[in-house]
Amino acid sequence: MFGRLSWSAIPFDQPIIMGTCGTIAAVLLALGILISAKGWWPYLWREWITSVDHKRIGVMYMVLGLVMLLRGFADAIMMRSQLALAAGQAAGYLPPEHYDQIFSAHGTIMIFFVAMPFVVGLMNFVLPLQLGVRDVAFPVINSVSFWLTAAGVLLVNLSLFVGEFARTGWLAYPPLSELAYSPGVGVDYYLWSLQLSGIGTLLSGINLTTTILKMRAPGMGYMQMPIFCWTSLASNLLIIAAFPVLTATFGMLLLDRYCDFHFFTNELGGNPMMYINLIWIWGHPEVYILMLPVFGVFSEVVATFSGKPLFGYRSMVAATMAICVLSFIVWLHHFFTMGAGADVNGFFGIATMIIAVPTGVKVFNWMFTMYGGRVRFTVPMYWTLGFIVTFVVGGMTGVLMAIPPADFVLHNSLFLIAHFHNVAIGGVVFGVMAGMSYWFPKAFGFKLNERLGKAVFWCWFIGFFLAFMPLYALGLMGATRRMQHYPNTHWQPLMVVALAGAVVILVGIALTVVQLVVSIRDRRANRDGTGDPWNGRTLEWSMPSPPPAWNFSVLPNVKQPDAYWELKKAGGAHRPPPGAFANLHMPRNTPVGIFLAFFAVILGFALIWRIDWLAAVGLTGTLATALRESWRTDREEVIPARVVAAYEHEQDTLEHPVAPAETCRTRPEVARNDVRITVGSES
Amino acid sequence: MHVEAQGRAPGVDPHEQHGASAYLVGLGYALVLTVASFWASATTVVYAPAVPVLLAALAIAQMGVHVAFFFHISSAPDQANNFLSLAFGVFVTALIVFGSIMIMAHLNHNMVPMDELMKMQR
Amino acid sequence: MSTGEGVLHGVPDLPLALRGPAPSRVVAGFGFWLFLLSDIIMFAALFAAYAVLCSATAGGPNGAELFDKPRVFLETMCLLASSATCGFGTIAMFRDNTRATYLWMGITFLLGACFLSIEGREFASMLAAGAGPSHSAFLSAFFALVGTHGLHVTVGLGWLIVMILQVATLGFQPMVKRRLYCFGLFWHALDIVWIGVFTIVYLGAR
Repeated sequence: MFGRLSWSAIPFDQPIIMGTCGTIAAVLLALGILISAKGWWPYLWREWITSVDHKRIGVMYMVLGLVMLLRGFADAIMMRSQLALAAGQAAGYLPPEHYDQIFSAHGTIMIFFVAMPFVVGLMNFVLPLQLGVRDVAFPVINSVSFWLTAAGVLLVNLSLFVGEFARTGWLAYPPLSELAYSPGVGVDYYLWSLQLSGIGTLLSGINLTTTILKMRAPGMGYMQMPIFCWTSLASNLLIIAAFPVLTATFGMLLLDRYCDFHFFTNELGGNPMMYINLIWIWGHPEVYILMLPVFGVFSEVVATFSGKPLFGYRSMVAATMAICVLSFIVWLHHFFTMGAGADVNGFFGIATMIIAVPTGVKVFNWMFTMYGGRVRFTVPMYWTLGFIVTFVVGGMTGVLMAIPPADFVLHNSLFLIAHFHNVAIGGVVFGVMAGMSYWFPKAFGFKLNERLGKAVFWCWFIGFFLAFMPLYALGLMGATRRMQHYPNTHWQPLMVVALAGAVVILVGIALTVVQLVVSIRDRRANRDGTGDPWNGRTLEWSMPSPPPAWNFSVLPNVKQPDAYWELKKAGGAHRPPPGAFANLHMPRNTPVGIFLAFFAVILGFALIWRIDWLAAVGLTGTLATALRESWRTDREEVIPARVVAAYEHEQDTLEHPVAPAETCRTRPEVARNDVRITVGSES
Repeated sequence: MHVEAQGRAPGVDPHEQHGASAYLVGLGYALVLTVASFWASATTVVYAPAVPVLLAALAIAQMGVHVAFFFHISSAPDQANNFLSLAFGVFVTALIVFGSIMIMAHLNHNMVPMDELMKMQR
Repeated sequence: MSTGEGVLHGVPDLPLALRGPAPSRVVAGFGFWLFLLSDIIMFAALFAAYAVLCSATAGGPNGAELFDKPRVFLETMCLLASSATCGFGTIAMFRDNTRATYLWMGITFLLGACFLSIEGREFASMLAAGAGPSHSAFLSAFFALVGTHGLHVTVGLGWLIVMILQVATLGFQPMVKRRLYCFGLFWHALDIVWIGVFTIVYLGAR
């Protein structure tokens, strides 16, 4: 009746898990009671859960990433403390079968449910604003993408309380991940939650690519786009090209596990090495999917806070697209030691070294942007400077391992762990934090507390080096990854230092929460009344903070890169004359996203536990929801011109002029001669 | 005059007058090429080791006919996005297929076969 | 979405990239084209697996023993013809010709259903002969690749039924037309994948 599910699936005998369980349940319950007491459910449903507004969806992605960062980091602290204890004869406090789940969950969550949501969230929020349009190409699909990611998050978290997680590492290599050696539900939780969120990510990639290529403000050609749009384009092209491979490969593993196929099994001709080959064809572009938008964030931040245009716009574009293409010819460097031989290893080793060149071009361009500028040391700029220092170190250790003979010594050692955390934290995390502090005022209308922001930075920066430099040394000494204990007590002091670093980062994360609370408390004092708190250069700063639902009351007419900067230089405030406003057609909110995700979770859970009737319910529900949505004809709502005009008038009268040195507030100039607004025409 | 922004989408254009002829011509070419493929796989007239190459060429030609006549994708400026994204897709597909074949061939050559490996288990 | 807004008119020599946001149909068509490319890349991974594993027969039957080329030829003709009839149906739709649309899409459906029934019988006979996917890596790769294509055709036929129902209930609204047009793109793409399948899997088995 319930497939493989029974009461024994709940780990009543494991106090750590039950404690976590209880705490999370209590927190959720308290949250639910608070929301109910304040009567916020209708607001949340109407304005957030069913929203198809890219700005709201972007914020929800960021919240999802932050929450999952807590879980992923809890795993990290557990691993570090276990290793600090388990030297020589000591066994630590985490038995191997538990420890294996922790490092698998840590990697899976950090890549798929922290980094990806953060990066996709930033792109979602910023791209339409920078491109000068009202929303992404497919707003409803955008909502579906977010909720499918949330569905994946829910399934992964369910694995903590009902059943177990995979013990295979974050990529679930066969034959260990095959049914014969992982007969439990752990790998199934892993596979189904990633298949669901993978669909969401792929749809996002299609959505954002179409937006960048087909929907830009008039006059904004490809070489007038902000550089963040170029890096996002490259990243989303990589999503479209790489995620289908992940879907296919996981699909093959699922067929092996569920239908007795033999793609990667040990018998009847299966070849586990093919899985590793395919998964890294996805895996390497994935890291660039995460890095490229972050490079774009840094480009924007450096230009803004140096008060200069980005140095070498064209070479940045060329470097970005070069990285996009090159990222597909390096994947074998993840398995040099698997035995392909010197010829193949040599090709991929050289290709890996070549891909460092465009990245180097970018670093030089950022430095040249700062040179000769008046650099303002705001929080986003701190993160950028920290990134340049940290990421270059990480990149260099990567190029070191790109040499196959060196990799034979260092593969799967703690040196490798240190390298990829170096580039992931120094790159992705620092970039997301820079982006969050940079665009937070735009999203919410008030700035984050600067002092606390700098404290957060220093905790992450110092904590990172403390936590991972020892790991480089340990890797060179022979320590391998994923080890639950080690016999060599000489390694223990370095492990303790690493734990100290993790604790410093923990303080940083705690301070992030404090910063949010304090900033929200002080929001009136830190209000951004102008929409342009940083004296920005690109179009997102040309409108109020937070922007209205329709973004631009009149679509801007763009002539060159750094469009908003040029407008500010050209003159003072130009308000569109009253006749310039037209009725706006905006997409209507819809609950299809959360309903689809609901049935997707049911389907996933049922497939994991082999509950056939429940899977049928999930599948039917998904199809029915999709069909119901497809018959909906009231997809748009009209925002009358007078509402838009009234909003603009209100903004003008509310405006607080700030001292000229800080910022200047202008409106996009409407060149009446060459733009005619046509309303709602379909073709 | 209808002025498209950002180029055309693939496939039939609603404003095209003679859309059906493209389909008929494409169908004709595709039929010929398909029959040729089946013939090539069964014939003894062609030098045997060259048959896979011939089949590959015919398959690529058939796919090209579909792309040109059914999707209307060309190197025209209003098809630039479609063409470039197709090129990227073809590049990635070729890498995945041929890269995998090459890598797996090397791995299989160097590594102990699975069934022998399993026999080594104690 | 306000789609006509900001589109520049009367400036014929302005580069396409500078003319502002594209109309809805172009946005939808291009987005769907990107989805089709991603689907083809997914098939590429399955093709790669087939190419690598096609000799791993584990002592069981190989392709040359199992495949029946005349049957494959018939399947190919069905799918190719259905691609053309789908194109005629799309043209009829853009001309707002309801009857012709039903006719051509109906023929497309029948041809697609023929393809599926032939393929279904092939699978059934292989399973009955003990050559199912659990017997070797080659057979697993075969069933996954050809089966995934067949699954796409099945989903396509289901989609076609839904579209015909939508034309009947909602008429030729822009939204309905966009979807039917996207279906046409999908159907053509499936024929392109089939070219790869019959060449590599069936004709390549020697």
